[in-house]
Amino acid sequence: MDFAGFINIVLTAILIENFVLVKFLGICPFLGVSKKVDTAVGMGCAVAFVMTLASALTYLAWTYVLVPLGLDYLQTIAFILIIAVLVQFVEMVLKKLMPALYNALGIYLPLITTNCAVLGAAILNVQNGYNFIQSVLFGLCSALGFTLAIVLFAGVRERMQFSKPPKCMEGFPIALVSAGLMALAFNGFSGFQI
Amino acid sequence: MKENKAVKTLTAGLIENNPTFVQLIGMCPTLAVTTSLQNGFMMGLAATAVLVASNVVISLLRKCIPDKIRIAAYIVVIAGFVTMVEMLLNAFLPALAESLGIFIPLIVVNCIILARAEAFASKNSVGLSALDGLGMGLGFTVALSLISTVRELLGAGTIWGVQILGAAYEPMLVFILAPGGFIVLGLLIAIIQLIRNKNEKKGGAA
Repeated sequence: MDFAGFINIVLTAILIENFVLVKFLGICPFLGVSKKVDTAVGMGCAVAFVMTLASALTYLAWTYVLVPLGLDYLQTIAFILIIAVLVQFVEMVLKKLMPALYNALGIYLPLITTNCAVLGAAILNVQNGYNFIQSVLFGLCSALGFTLAIVLFAGVRERMQFSKPPKCMEGFPIALVSAGLMALAFNGFSGFQI
Repeated sequence: MKENKAVKTLTAGLIENNPTFVQLIGMCPTLAVTTSLQNGFMMGLAATAVLVASNVVISLLRKCIPDKIRIAAYIVVIAGFVTMVEMLLNAFLPALAESLGIFIPLIVVNCIILARAEAFASKNSVGLSALDGLGMGLGFTVALSLISTVRELLGAGTIWGVQILGAAYEPMLVFILAPGGFIVLGLLIAIIQLIRNKNEKKGGAA
């Protein structure tokens, strides 16, 4: 893979096709865990960690197990199981070896199994026909894009606590509308190509 | 009395406990596929089919699934049905499968389905679980249809592909793009909250 291809994947995954704001993947944690910047950073790190590993594992399982055996129709089942097992495994390893990190990320880990961004990245890797390095890079950068969006959004929401929207707009509606405005800003990146 | 409970279970998902507008779960497909009424409606039906089938099977198996691994077991059941729906759509409605794309396999991680399995099907009888799945699924479908009607009408001037607003209408493309999804959903939820607040006030006064 040449350098331009490398930069292309990085920029596409983080900015141009941001997982949350352009592709609508991982909206649940984006709306659910974005009330404070600290928790948003924690969630972002946990997702980045799991998504990178999941991209690598699902690529290996797809290329060396499912395709040779002609089991490609089991893609969805196999991938979600790999992700569920991986999340459980990461949780146990962190608890044993890195208790400090576990305390910081622990509560977010179980939520990641049902984060559609992780399964989405795995499926997109296969659809785009990426090789191993590209898959891992795409997983990592998509997760960074997710982290960027959720941290920025948490910053906006922290400020919003001090404002007084109309009563019917309180809570989710105002959050959704401001997410829409953020998505509008990210739309500016579309059509940007190397 | 028994009939009453069945009706209640069915209507809970449709209105007072609507997964999209009240519980606010399953947001990813809600925002992603509602660019046209056809997409939104079909996505709702696909999710409903999976929801009813998985609720029935999980309810049947509720006594033999060990408590500790129940989430993994639910996910496998759900993934099985999603794969079936995916294959059926690819075989019979390839154009639709193309436009829904990655969001068909992603029905697996739609929180509505896992939430109903955990909160309802694992505790109730088969018949009630099927009704619950149907109610929640229809509630989801209605919500998706509503959002996608607004987005398609404003963003393309059409409904279900039929020209409504006339050729002179300049489509507001932003409503079909990502930002429009967030904004339309936000405003719809705001309208629903407004109606609820008014109703509560009326109830209090009377």
